[in-house]
Amino acid sequence: MGSAHSVPAEMRELADRTGFTSEQIEHLHRRFKQLSRDQLTIRKENFDSIPDLEFNPIRGKIVHAFFDKRNLRQESDGLADEINFEDFLTIMSYFRPIEMNMDEEQLDRFRKEKLKFLFHMYDSDHDGKITLQEYRNVVEELLSGNPHLEKESARSIADGAMMEAASICVGQMGPDQVYEGITFEDFLKMWQGIDIETKMHVRFLNMETIAHCY
Amino acid sequence: ALHRTPPFPKQIFYGEENPIKEINLLLKLFLHSNSNKLFYSFLAVFHLSHKVTRVVPESALLIVLGLFLGGIVWAADHIASFALTPTVFFFYLLPPIVLDAGYFMPNRLFFGNLGSILLYAVIGTVWNAATTGLSLYGVYRTGIMGHLNTGLLDFLLFGSLIAAVDPVAVLAVFEEVHVNEVLFIIVFGESLLNDAVTVVLYNVFESFVTIGPENVTGVECVKGIVSFFVVSLGGTLVGIFFAFLLSLVSRFTKHVRIIEPGFVFIISYLSYLTAEMLSLSAILAITFCGICCQKYVKANISEQSSTTVRYTMKMMASGAETIIFMFLGISAVNPEIWTWNTAFILLTLVFISVYRVIGVVLQTWILNHYRMVQLEIIDQVVMSYGGLRGAVAFALVVLLDVNKVKEKNLFVSTTIIVVFFTVIFQGLTIKPLVQWLKVKKTEHREPKLNEKLHGRAFDHILSAIEDISGQIGHNYLRDKWSNFDRKFLSKVLMRRSAQKSRDQILNVFHELNLKDAISYVAEGERRGSLAFIRSPSTDNMVNVDFSTPRPSTVESSVSYLLREKAGPVCLDMQALEQRRKSIRDTEDTVAHHTLQQYLYKPRQEHKHLYSRHEIMHSEDDKQDKEIFHRTMRKRLESFKSTKLGINHSKKLNKIHKRDRGQKRRNSNVIPNGKIPSENPVQDFTLKEKGYCSEVSYKSENSQEENSLLMFEGLEDSYVKEPQEKKMLLDVQGNYRSAAARRVQSRRSFHRPKPLQHPKLQKLASLPESCHVPPHSLEQEETQL
Repeated sequence: MGSAHSVPAEMRELADRTGFTSEQIEHLHRRFKQLSRDQLTIRKENFDSIPDLEFNPIRGKIVHAFFDKRNLRQESDGLADEINFEDFLTIMSYFRPIEMNMDEEQLDRFRKEKLKFLFHMYDSDHDGKITLQEYRNVVEELLSGNPHLEKESARSIADGAMMEAASICVGQMGPDQVYEGITFEDFLKMWQGIDIETKMHVRFLNMETIAHCY
Repeated sequence: ALHRTPPFPKQIFYGEENPIKEINLLLKLFLHSNSNKLFYSFLAVFHLSHKVTRVVPESALLIVLGLFLGGIVWAADHIASFALTPTVFFFYLLPPIVLDAGYFMPNRLFFGNLGSILLYAVIGTVWNAATTGLSLYGVYRTGIMGHLNTGLLDFLLFGSLIAAVDPVAVLAVFEEVHVNEVLFIIVFGESLLNDAVTVVLYNVFESFVTIGPENVTGVECVKGIVSFFVVSLGGTLVGIFFAFLLSLVSRFTKHVRIIEPGFVFIISYLSYLTAEMLSLSAILAITFCGICCQKYVKANISEQSSTTVRYTMKMMASGAETIIFMFLGISAVNPEIWTWNTAFILLTLVFISVYRVIGVVLQTWILNHYRMVQLEIIDQVVMSYGGLRGAVAFALVVLLDVNKVKEKNLFVSTTIIVVFFTVIFQGLTIKPLVQWLKVKKTEHREPKLNEKLHGRAFDHILSAIEDISGQIGHNYLRDKWSNFDRKFLSKVLMRRSAQKSRDQILNVFHELNLKDAISYVAEGERRGSLAFIRSPSTDNMVNVDFSTPRPSTVESSVSYLLREKAGPVCLDMQALEQRRKSIRDTEDTVAHHTLQQYLYKPRQEHKHLYSRHEIMHSEDDKQDKEIFHRTMRKRLESFKSTKLGINHSKKLNKIHKRDRGQKRRNSNVIPNGKIPSENPVQDFTLKEKGYCSEVSYKSENSQEENSLLMFEGLEDSYVKEPQEKKMLLDVQGNYRSAAARRVQSRRSFHRPKPLQHPKLQKLASLPESCHVPPHSLEQEETQL
């Protein structure tokens, strides 16, 4: 699994930045090469080669999230056309499990990062707010996997959820108040008290466990 | 090593006892002796006293009671009264408890932690058995115990039967202690799955003892190991097979609704007996039968059958548990079997406790490398402490052949003491321990639509990430299973109608809708009686506007309100009422169908349940309207004498008073005679019913979510709603028109109450949608 002794400097730097171990990085690199067909960058089309992803209802949004510049920690906005390995790792690092040795502040930051990722996924027009339309979009996609559920229902559910969010975030509203959309602070408020760290992570094993499925 | 008996597990009990005789004795004890009266009165007394049962687990009380009764009989007659025989235990008392456990098992939680559970169940039990047995043998060799007629194998045999954590005891004790669900499922899952290990070890060692220690070779040991796999996997497969059968059968029982519950019990019991017959692990069989069939059976069978099954199962399980503990107590009063060996008994106690702790710590340390959610020290403490031994160990030890195992009496006595100790002492102290250690308890949270939605989003995201990063993880597997289930299994095993309405998110949505509806109506009323009538303007609605273009004209159509203003949630019913009368265009029917599509269906199923004859479609509508009126009136009436906190959020706790104007208006609302189609509004009721049924699905169907313990409170709803519905449906049959109904109701306004009254008292915890105070109808009548 690669040279244990002479770890290249970039690898170490990557490891530091993203928090993965070298084995995990190696492993992900191998996967990256598979996906990109040995190119240096990945484009959206490369994700089409993953068979299981086809059945995922929110596939579009997830792939989109990989190219979202906000997730890539770049200052600019919008979508990147292609991402390199470093970006790939950055996105993956959002899903790292919590480590035992994290302190309060790190945990908090970690949590915020995960939630921010989620927020960006919902907020498709990048304006920093999740509006009703966007929310409806998300819910429709989410529930599209169920063939028996009609669009109307999905919409109503989205509306209901939005209302619920509004009531949590803003509480009582006056008769003329208009609720623009969910901002990130509101989003955080919604998730207060709910344990997201354990729900939103993937185990990146040190060993090879794979489905080389193509 | 020539011997006829293979180390394969034989019948674990070979009925020397005649079951009929046993039952006779049971009955005799229950019905004839004087102790019965005491028995019943005692049961009544401490069942009523919740204070007692909060501190002392019921199991402990029952044992003590049993001891007491046994003592009485002994004192009176100087004979040992009835003893708990293995046959009765294994054939009649244990299956209901295990089936109950399997049927109500939270599947997602269970399978999510299956790795940990299996590790503890298999490795943990083997560890416990081996170490206990060997340590006891070691100490025996030092001579402290004096002379015993035993060898190494006897000790190992004893170790194997005392090692297993008992599901009955665990359930009984953990019931009082509400630890968090992960912890509970691990301990409980372990207690269920270790049966295979126990069976194999017990039989292996027993046959070893039979053939004599000199004849044990490596081959035999290997055979033993192989038999473990056969027993466990075989038992599981038998269970799964019968689960499949049961689900399939339940799909076709539409026309024999009455005996649906029967199928559930009979087929499950059949799985138990079949596994037993094949010398496989019967407990595993019935457990997996319950686990695998629950989703499909609950979807397929009718509401009432589902309730029946629930209650019968709980009743049988509860009864069996009571009997088990009672008879444990009674059986202990049998001087013939008492052999006392201080060292042995004491050391057994010490060893099982110590080795359990060591085993748990070691295994947890290994597990934490692989688990996402780590198990902390506190969890480990609870796990070690919660490893209770119970009646299974007792039954197994009584089963020993005294000719082969010379020291049977000693073993029996020790087992009794161990069981008593764990159940009574550990049971008593575990609750304070849990509180002292501040173990994370189950969270009871109100269902949030957002949580459900995002939970669903998470599942998909994580699966996607696992796919992208090329790993086979939990989510990948779960996703795969879920797809497989939806594509093939559900099509085969679930009714067509059930397939559509199974979405969890829908359930929460319905429920929240209803809550909203009520809060909304209440809010409007609070503002004064005229607020409702005044206008359909948006200031009557819950004040959230999502910047959608507001209607410039007030006279907008029903569907506009429905679709544009955050869906059916913002339904100004009064306004709709009026507008409906004036606007009769196709939009109405479109709106009706929209709602009907996803809200109406769950309810429809029930309609056909009670009618013995076909219901024509037109009658449907009429009956729907009648139901609607009835429940709308009830619901609005319910606001009359209870208070409502003004809070837009979902935390409705009280309902407030209505004033006279409302009532008057309300009765105006109900038109005389034929009612024009109030489709959207009508759907509210249906939603309610639908919701009630969905809710009850939800309370059991906690597969996908693991934060569903919040729905425990909703169990109550189960009682009311079938009755409520039943009542309504009864009512349907008698009515042909609204007027007639009103006349009839005025005449006999006590009528519905006997049906409604008892349960309505319990309505408190449930979302107010189902809450109908008993007096509402009465008061309504007076107005009319």
